[in-house]
Amino acid sequence: MYWPDDTDTLRAEKYYGNAMLDKTLIGKSFPALVVDVDRWQLKFFAKAVGEENPIYFDETAAVAQGYRAILAPPTYGVTLGCAVPDPFARAKAVGLDATKILHTAQSFEYFEPICGGDQITLVATITDVFEKRHGAFKFMVEETVATNQLGQLTTRFRQTVVERT
Amino acid sequence: MKEIFFDQVAIGEQLPFLTKPPITRTTLAYFCGASNDHNPVHVDSDFARASGADDVFVHGMLDMAYMGQLLTGWVPQRAILSFGVKFGAIVYVGDTITCRGEVVDKTFNDGVYILKLKLRAVDQHGESKLTGEAQLRVSAPKDAARP
Repeated sequence: MYWPDDTDTLRAEKYYGNAMLDKTLIGKSFPALVVDVDRWQLKFFAKAVGEENPIYFDETAAVAQGYRAILAPPTYGVTLGCAVPDPFARAKAVGLDATKILHTAQSFEYFEPICGGDQITLVATITDVFEKRHGAFKFMVEETVATNQLGQLTTRFRQTVVERT
Repeated sequence: MKEIFFDQVAIGEQLPFLTKPPITRTTLAYFCGASNDHNPVHVDSDFARASGADDVFVHGMLDMAYMGQLLTGWVPQRAILSFGVKFGAIVYVGDTITCRGEVVDKTFNDGVYILKLKLRAVDQHGESKLTGEAQLRVSAPKDAARP
């Protein structure tokens, strides 16, 4: 069987094409997700990661540090974004196999803190869908903007996933 | 937590490293529920093997949460302006993760004193699992005569 090497891109595209990935979804925003930041789950998250700083699980300590309530840790935006029946719905929509997805990169910019009791609105946009090695690796990049109940921007984060072969 | 002043940190300075306990299946079960990432590949060995993996493996976001703890152990969380990682290699049950950070640049932008950090998490064999970077806002120089 003919198997293209890395430099043989043109011929590979002829053989494999891009039929598997729906690039028309690039730039598309999905319906906003509104999530209540649950204090119990914040405390459970703190337990799961072995957190020792009480501002993440003790209300009194958090308030003493000037927060409204216990503080969501820096990576918590992704957890809020997963608070849906199927966190892989967008990946499936572009044609990725959800059972083979690996997370390859994640980044955050921070603005206002997220605290227990907040209500966060997340809007996710697919910013890129692409392939490497002639379709052996399929990637999706999405960017999510998270605002709080006061209309303040809390965090903007970018996630890259790949379908492993 | 010790306040960090812009002029008292040198490029090349290392953050105190953070070594977490070995990751167990229990850790992954907790993190599955706590993180809302219910992908069975992290908690169900049968599912993981059927999908082609050797066994369950660690959520990338758990490694990133550990790296976040490296940062919030050094500066208050409010000081973190940005934080990003690449998940370079899969972390397995039983691995012990150590998070390290190094100051690689210092800048002053729009009245904000910023340290740029390079981050790396390694396992018990020293193999790199995660790399990243962060920008932290720190206090103005303590000695104002030497900004």
